[in-house]
Amino acid sequence: MMADLGIAFGRVAFVMLFVLNLGGLLTWVERKQSAIMQDRIGANRASILGFRFFGLFHPLADAIKMLTKEDFRPARADRFLFTLAPFVSVFFALVAFASIPFGDTLRIAGRAIPLQAVTLNVGVLYVFAMLSLGVYGVMMAGWASGNNYALIGGQRAAALMISAEIAIGASIIGVVMVYGSLNLMDIVRGQGQLLWGVLPKWGILTQPLAFILFLTAGIAATKRIPFDMPEGESEIIGYFVEYSGMKFGMFAMADFLETVVIAGMTTSLFLGGWQVPYLEASGFVFPWGAAVALPHGVVALLQVGAFVIKVCAMIFFLMLIRWTLPRFRYDQAMRLGWLGLFPLSILNVVLTGLALLATRG
Amino acid sequence: MRLGQRFYLREVLSGLGLTAAHFFGNMGRHLARALGRPGPGGAVTIQYPEERRPYSPRLRSLHRLVRREDGSPRCVACMMCETVCPAHCIYIVADEHPNPEIEKVPARFDIDLGKCVFCGYCVEACPEDAIRMDTGILEFSSYSRGGMIYTKEMLLALEPAGPGGVPTSPVPIPADRTV
Repeated sequence: MMADLGIAFGRVAFVMLFVLNLGGLLTWVERKQSAIMQDRIGANRASILGFRFFGLFHPLADAIKMLTKEDFRPARADRFLFTLAPFVSVFFALVAFASIPFGDTLRIAGRAIPLQAVTLNVGVLYVFAMLSLGVYGVMMAGWASGNNYALIGGQRAAALMISAEIAIGASIIGVVMVYGSLNLMDIVRGQGQLLWGVLPKWGILTQPLAFILFLTAGIAATKRIPFDMPEGESEIIGYFVEYSGMKFGMFAMADFLETVVIAGMTTSLFLGGWQVPYLEASGFVFPWGAAVALPHGVVALLQVGAFVIKVCAMIFFLMLIRWTLPRFRYDQAMRLGWLGLFPLSILNVVLTGLALLATRG
Repeated sequence: MRLGQRFYLREVLSGLGLTAAHFFGNMGRHLARALGRPGPGGAVTIQYPEERRPYSPRLRSLHRLVRREDGSPRCVACMMCETVCPAHCIYIVADEHPNPEIEKVPARFDIDLGKCVFCGYCVEACPEDAIRMDTGILEFSSYSRGGMIYTKEMLLALEPAGPGGVPTSPVPIPADRTV
């Protein structure tokens, strides 16, 4: 009983700490990666006892700054909802990662532990439900601020995220059709098979169009450049104009957490999740016949490591997009969502259906 | 727009290729530098307080009053600089000089650097070459307006900048400044 509780706690703690730390680290990644892309050095001044560690203390300094700043609330703001909104945003971004598997079933001392915070057979739907609920935090912030600009910003955010989530939902139907499950663990397991006996059957190979559509819509759902017109903190006013201190920080953090979730989802659905190419439960089995036997612990470690590396690579790619593309105009983003991504997603479903009909008969 | 452009995809990919090439190129240069290989660094940043770029010799920096050989100011309190100053930041009180060959000497020579616009007119107007702006000192600041008023004694103590515009004398601290 206690062991079960401990294992459940450990699974949740691993995912929580992974997502939270990665989200905090993303402020550093964002600063440093953009700096290196732009021939700069980036934030490197925060130091503890003279140690700078490439500016790794800046997230810490940010947190202290945010927590010690004045927490201003406008006189006409709705007190309860104004305070609740940032918590809602962060909460749903944080729990969305729960059903993403970070490894295969681990067997220790006769127990089978699925490496996943929560075992859900509708994991895909759960993640998107949580991401969609995050919109409520944004709308709440816009409305409760008692500021017309914030309200309009909140509406912009809601409209954008709804159009993005329609496209997200439609684009993954193809993936679900190919792997035949809504359980993320089953989808990842399905990606461990081999395509034509050589290539790993990752989603990016079986569903390339869905990958592009999902990634585009996913970036839109994180409300970051090039789809940051709900926020646009430097020029167009967004839903968190009236927020200051850590509440503002929580909105910024929710964006980073959503980036981690989108990276995790893309990894699970399209990049094979925790699968290492040619690695099976007993060890490496190469298609040309060679085989390397590995103990169970090493295999599990390799798989978790592969998942973490893939998520980090995906985050690098998302950051690269964020620091490369200019912001879309609002009507362009809407047209892209409703007239570009959504019809193409439907087309993808049709094409996938025809392909499945042709191959499976 | 052509059909290919409407999908943004090709342009997006070429843009990503450009920025990724920049990232990995700079990353490689950073790593080469860290491993001790010579070559250009990955960033063009000058880390300011520790590294400085050389200043131009014509840079107009903090004023200094030129001294005679006996250490007294070369200034004869003719009020030319005070008159020409567009910001009205110079304040001079004239006094008799003990040497009868020299007409006058400033009893007070204050420059309010909070008002100064660093136009250099005072230097050009001076008939005695008594005020110059060649100290190379640019970092002077204060928490109060009074702290920005630099007196005759402070300005007399300054030395011209060395090669590359590096200041040779410390930044003067006003007596009334607490921090």
